Amino acid sequence: MKKASILMIIGPLFLLGLYVFPLWNIMLGAPQYPDPLGLNIHINGLQGVNEFDIQNIDGLNHYIGMHTLPKVEDMWEFGTFPIIIGIMVGLGVLIGILGFLGKLSYKWFLGWFALMSLMGILGMYDFNEWLVDYGTNLDPNAIMKLTNPDGTPMTYKPPLLGHVKMLNFDVTSLPATGAWLMFLGMMLTLAAGYFGWKSKKIKT
Amino acid sequence: MKVKHHLILTLGAAFMLASCGQQNQSSNGALSSSAAEKVYVAPGEQDEFYAFLSGGYSGNLTVYGLPSGRMFKEIPVFSQFPTSGYGYSEETIPMLNTSHGFVPWDDLHHPDISQTNGELDGRWIFVNGNNTPRIARVDLSTFETAEIIEVPNSAGNHSSSFITENTEYVVAGTRFAVPVPQRDMSISEYKGNFKGALTFISVDPEHGHMAIKFQLLMPGFNYDLSHPGRGKSHGWFFFTTYNTEEANTLLEVNASQNDKDFIAAINWKKIEEYVNNGGGTKMPANYAHNVYDEHSHTGTTTMKDEVLTVDPTKVPGAVFFLPTPKSPHGCDVDPTGQYIIGNGKLSADLTVHSFDKMIAAIEGEKFDGEAYGIPILKFEDVLAGQVKSGGLGPLHTEFDGKGNAYTTFFISSEVVKWQLGTWEVIDRKPTYYSVGHLMIPGGNSRKPFGKYVVAMNKITKDRYLPTGPEMEHSAQIYDISGDKMELIYDFPTHGEPHYAAGCPAELLAPRSQKIYRLDENRHPYAVTTADGSKVVRDGNEVHVYMSTIRSHFTPDNIEGIKVGDKVYFHITNHEQDFDVPHGFSILGQNTSELLIMPGQTKTSVWEPKQVGVWPFYCTDFCSALHQEMQGYVRVSPANSNVELKWSLGE
Repeated sequence: MKKASILMIIGPLFLLGLYVFPLWNIMLGAPQYPDPLGLNIHINGLQGVNEFDIQNIDGLNHYIGMHTLPKVEDMWEFGTFPIIIGIMVGLGVLIGILGFLGKLSYKWFLGWFALMSLMGILGMYDFNEWLVDYGTNLDPNAIMKLTNPDGTPMTYKPPLLGHVKMLNFDVTSLPATGAWLMFLGMMLTLAAGYFGWKSKKIKT
Repeated sequence: MKVKHHLILTLGAAFMLASCGQQNQSSNGALSSSAAEKVYVAPGEQDEFYAFLSGGYSGNLTVYGLPSGRMFKEIPVFSQFPTSGYGYSEETIPMLNTSHGFVPWDDLHHPDISQTNGELDGRWIFVNGNNTPRIARVDLSTFETAEIIEVPNSAGNHSSSFITENTEYVVAGTRFAVPVPQRDMSISEYKGNFKGALTFISVDPEHGHMAIKFQLLMPGFNYDLSHPGRGKSHGWFFFTTYNTEEANTLLEVNASQNDKDFIAAINWKKIEEYVNNGGGTKMPANYAHNVYDEHSHTGTTTMKDEVLTVDPTKVPGAVFFLPTPKSPHGCDVDPTGQYIIGNGKLSADLTVHSFDKMIAAIEGEKFDGEAYGIPILKFEDVLAGQVKSGGLGPLHTEFDGKGNAYTTFFISSEVVKWQLGTWEVIDRKPTYYSVGHLMIPGGNSRKPFGKYVVAMNKITKDRYLPTGPEMEHSAQIYDISGDKMELIYDFPTHGEPHYAAGCPAELLAPRSQKIYRLDENRHPYAVTTADGSKVVRDGNEVHVYMSTIRSHFTPDNIEGIKVGDKVYFHITNHEQDFDVPHGFSILGQNTSELLIMPGQTKTSVWEPKQVGVWPFYCTDFCSALHQEMQGYVRVSPANSNVELKWSLGE
């Protein structure tokens, strides 16, 4: 149980990476952009991969009527997510310490993992909602109003995960360093739960 | 003498014919396909070297890639350039100011890349304006002219703009001897009265800013070319001279009488010490110093009124003459700094002087008389060797860093490879036709990159599809990585290249700037925010603070302009994306268009002469809606009361 508790203390700390590294990354390459434009999604706001990428993405997107990318103050998520992550890290470490001191059982470890997974799924859902809005809520006076072959208006939702060809752009959306660290941390807490359960079984 | 001259030219023609014959036999089959592979830079690939070719009478500097021979850019330096508005925009007009007023053209000759410890450092490239003597510094991160300094007391600024091995100085020597200071006197009184000014311009190691440190007032010979000592000879500078006869008319005969002219060896460190200790004479002068500020995007002219002159006879041990046969042209120093090569342009042979022997002769005071108080060393005492080339009319020599030298022969139209030390000729290849200069990247430094040599020719004739009487000059690229030179490519050049400088691509490419930062734009008329545009009237001057972004001007409708107004369009490009310039032109503009790089501000003056509604538009195909990037200016009669107003999207 001591080993499991140590893993439970360490695991949530990996989430601190989200304060430094981006959670998600969307790259936009095109014939005119051999060095692709890129968007890093951090829990506290959006950043260009290169300094002026956001300005340049917005500049291109205005042709097809997309709104400009949200600033920190435009989305409640950028204020709330850092707090939620902070609470979850604190809570996880606390559970680990209490487990180490024998005050809490391994079930709490699994409980933290389940809660974090739920939050992650909700976060992804929310992110996808934003992508849908960003890609479909278009300015009716857009310079270029394109239609699909079936006559419906063309929309530009970037993929949540993977690659999509959108007009002249190749759009690739993938988890970034912050997400991988979070994933690793969560796996450690899952392992903590597993080792906790095993040590319990040996004892009984 | 004249008869002899004609004989030489006839011989030259014979050589050319012979060379042509050889070429035709070897220009097909497997050999040419391997040459094709050597110069082929596949689509999407980049060249191995940058080459900066002087534009000669174009007044500008051209940038090429090696080995492909593809031209990347023409950098405007001494000539107005309507393509970008250089020399037309309010910001760049000051760059062409001189003591003779605005001079819109010059003859750009000898590029030299800045060095540290005798190796190329790729910060700046210096070039000289030959006609109205000037030296320019081009920044190699923006590839734009950053500074131009006029050289007083000089005329035909030809033995220029060569730098010392730590870029301490860029050196400018006069070709014409002239009265110093200039004055009204009889031309026939030239001999003994005119002077030849050799100017040492210090270069600020941090910012590259130039200032004339001193001018050495030499006897009135013609100073043709020069090169710095390097390595062991660092601290010295060598100039070839011709017309030591001091003839003032029919020079082709009268300046070719002496069997030997001189190479002037200047110990500039000694003179620097002399002036640092208060030596030299301040002389009134009048010359322009033009500096372009990358952040205000504006050039400013400062007139200078004084120059420090040095009489060479006042600094003992600083200046010596090395007798050199046959009106030497190029003056080249090998990478070790040991050999000084005089290319005697009216002879078949090259004269090579030894730096060590020169020092020994000076220390032994073995002089062979003097000229105007300057000691002449004995030819035999300083001679390292002579290259019996078999060619005619040697002009310039470059080095590969492997102990070989390559010399161009104008009359016999060929490049000759020979070995330093043994003076043996190793190989010779014809050029097409009548080669002037040649360039090996770094070939004028301690560390040449001896892979290619570019031969720049004066005569084109039948090399390309004919284009009437006037043609671009031709250049050839030879692979010099093996024992024998191999002709691998032939391409036209712009203007007339007089020398070139090259360097490995990796020295410059990573530092090449992509945009100018809008948040660093300090132009007094810049608009740095989207809503900052305005139009301000001040008497009959109207200042339009305009911005551009894909794909509109802000404002794009302007009313209240009157006939007789002087309208300044100050245009700031708000793009911060690589390679998205916008252009500006308006109907009836009496200057050129503007081409404005991302983050930059440029100004064009328009003086409307006719009432009407006049359009302006973007001249650079900036986006899919480039064609819509347009606007109107309403021009009312001079006495009208139309209110000044401006708008976008109303």
